[in-house]
Amino acid sequence: MNGLIGWIDERFPLTKMWEEHLSKYYAPKNFNFWYYFGSLALLVLVIQIVTGIFLTMQYKPSGEQAFISVEYIMRDVEWGWLIRYMHSTGASAFFVVVYLHMFRGLMYGSYKKPRELIWIFGMLIYLCLMAEAFMGYLLPWGQMSYWGAQVIISLFGWVPFVGDDITLWLRGDYIVADATLNRFFALHVIAMPLVLLGLVVAHIIALHEVGSNNPDGVEIKKNKDENGIPRDGIPFHPYYSVKDLVGVGVFLFVFFSIVFFAPEMGGFFLEYANFVPANPLKTPEHIAPVWYFTPYYAMLRATPPLFDSALPGVIVMFAAIIVLFFLPWIDRGVVKSIRYRSQVYKTLLGLFVVSFVVLGYFGIKPPSTIGTLVSQICTVYYFVYFIALYVISKNENTKPVPERVTH
Amino acid sequence: MKTMKTVFAVLALGIVSSTAYSAGPKFPLDSIEVNHADKASLQRGASTFVNYCMGCHSASYHRYSRMAVDLGLPDDLVKKNLIFTTDENGEQTKVGALMTNNMDSDYAKQVFGTEPPNLALISRSRNANWLYTYMRTFYEQPERSGLGSNNLVFPDVGMPNVLWELQGKREAVFEIVTDENGQDKKQFVELRQVGDGKLTEDEFDALVYDLVNFLDYLGDPIKSERHRIGFWVLLFLGVFTAFAYMLKREYWKDVH
Repeated sequence: MNGLIGWIDERFPLTKMWEEHLSKYYAPKNFNFWYYFGSLALLVLVIQIVTGIFLTMQYKPSGEQAFISVEYIMRDVEWGWLIRYMHSTGASAFFVVVYLHMFRGLMYGSYKKPRELIWIFGMLIYLCLMAEAFMGYLLPWGQMSYWGAQVIISLFGWVPFVGDDITLWLRGDYIVADATLNRFFALHVIAMPLVLLGLVVAHIIALHEVGSNNPDGVEIKKNKDENGIPRDGIPFHPYYSVKDLVGVGVFLFVFFSIVFFAPEMGGFFLEYANFVPANPLKTPEHIAPVWYFTPYYAMLRATPPLFDSALPGVIVMFAAIIVLFFLPWIDRGVVKSIRYRSQVYKTLLGLFVVSFVVLGYFGIKPPSTIGTLVSQICTVYYFVYFIALYVISKNENTKPVPERVTH
Repeated sequence: MKTMKTVFAVLALGIVSSTAYSAGPKFPLDSIEVNHADKASLQRGASTFVNYCMGCHSASYHRYSRMAVDLGLPDDLVKKNLIFTTDENGEQTKVGALMTNNMDSDYAKQVFGTEPPNLALISRSRNANWLYTYMRTFYEQPERSGLGSNNLVFPDVGMPNVLWELQGKREAVFEIVTDENGQDKKQFVELRQVGDGKLTEDEFDALVYDLVNFLDYLGDPIKSERHRIGFWVLLFLGVFTAFAYMLKREYWKDVH
C-alpha cells in the first residue's frame, strides 16, 4: 500500500494534498452549529450533480416532450420518482444551506480581512446558483416554469434602448419557446455546473490559504506552538470529518423526510401550478417565483415605476445582490465576531435578517396594499443597513476580544 | 439572544396580520382523507373514471398496466372492464398503453371551447378537497346552452354535470345582499334537490369520494410506496446519526 502511494506521490501530490486540505489543515476547535453548512453545501452539490446526471438520461429538452418526459420519469422509470424528488428538493435545500452559510459569515465577520476573496468567491457561487436554479426551473415545462421564465426574462426588456433586443437574444424567440428551453438546458447541465465547480474549488483553496474564521473571530494562526501548529487548531480530519458526519446524518434525515413524505413541501418546493403543462396562451392566476427568489421579487414589486418603466425596480433588485460583494469594505470594524460587537450592530443585523425574511414572505403572496407598504419599508431598510454599517463600524463601541478561542 | 427573540416576535406579527388580509372570497371546500391503501375504493373510483370521465378526458401520462398492478387487478380483468378505448388500428387499446382517449382535440375545442384537460395530474394542480367539492356542487342552469349546468367551486366551467343521472337535478338558491360598501352581491344560500337521481345523497358522496381517491392516486401513484420506503430510510438515518454522534464523542475526547 505504502509502495503504491509512494509511487503516486512521486508523480502526483496525493499525500501533500491530503495533508494540506484534511489531515494537517488546522481548523479552530470552537466551531459551533453554524459551521455545518459549508460541508452540507458541498454534499447538496454532489446530490444535485449525481441525480442531475441520471435525470438527463431520461429527460427530453423539447417543448413538445419536456413535460411528458418528466411524468415518464415519475411513473415509468425505475426509481425515477426518487431521483427527481431528490433533485427538486435538493434545489431548495441548496438555498436553505447557502443562506444559513452566508448568515454565519455575516454574524462572525468571516468576510473581513484577510478573507475578502473567500467572500467574493462565495458571492459568485451564490449568483451562479441563482442562474442555475432559474434555468433548471424552466425544464419541467409546467405553467409556472414557463411564466416564471417569461416574467424574469422580460425584466431585461426595461433596459433602455436595447432591452427588447436583449430579451430576444436571451429567449431565441419572440416568446419563451422551444429554443429557450434548449439553451436553458445546455446552460443548466453544462455551462453553469462547470463554473460552479470551478468557483467552489477557488472558494475552498482561498479558505485553506488563510485558514478558517470561528465564532470568536480570533485568528488562531497568531498563537502557534513550538511545531508551528496553532494552539487552538485541530486537524480537520479526523475531528471535523467525524463531526460533520453527524451534521450530514441530521441533514439527510430532514432532507429525506421531505423527499419521502412532503416532496411538494406545501407548494413551496414544487408549485401546484407547475403540474399543468406550459401554455403560452393562458396566464396563471398568480405568478410567484420559487421561495428562494422571493425577497428580490418583493423588492422589484415594491419599487414604484418611473415614467411607466419598471427599470428602477430591476435596478434595486440587482443592486441588492451587488451590494453584498462590497461588504468587506463597507464594514470598517476591526472586531469580527458578533459576540464582541456593539448592541447597535446586533440590532442592525437582526433587523436586516427580519427585513430579508419579511420580503421573502411578501414576495410569495399576491400583491396587496399592506404587502407593498411593508415591502417598501423592508427594501429601504435593506439598503439602509449597509449605509448604517459603514457609519457605525468606524468607531464602534466593541467589547474586548479574547486572545484565545473560548471553548 | 434577546435580539433573536425580538426578531421572531416581529416576524410572527407580520405573518399574522397579512394572512388575515389576503383571505379571498372562495367557496368553502369540504374536507376528505384520501386513502391509497383502500384498494376497493380505488377500484370503484377507476370504474367511475373510465365510464364517466374518459369519454372526454385522458390520463395519458399513466399506463393501464401500472394501474392494474397498483390497484391489485389482473390484466384480463382490466381489459374486460376498464378499457373502452381503441388504438390507431381500431383495436382495443393495449393494457401496456397510456390511458389516452378517443376524442379528437379539434372536436373537443369546438364543443367545449377548450380541450378537456388531461386528468392524470389534476389532483396535484388542484387537490382532493377541491375535486371532492367541485364534483358535488353542480346545479341546473338551463340558459347555459349546450351545458345546462353551472358549478359553485368553478363558476362558468366548460364542463357539464356528467354525473347528473346519478345525483339527480339540483338548483342553487342565491340571495341578494348589500355589502358594507352599498354594493348588491349575489350570495349562495343552498343547493336544493329538484329531481331524484339513481343514487341517494350518501351513495353519491361515496361514489365521488372513490373517484377523487382514484384521481389522487393517479396524480401521485407512488405515494403509499414512498411512505413505506421512507419509514425505513429515516429509521436507518436515525441509527446512522446516533453512531456518527458516538464516533464524534469518542474522537473529541482529547480536545480540550
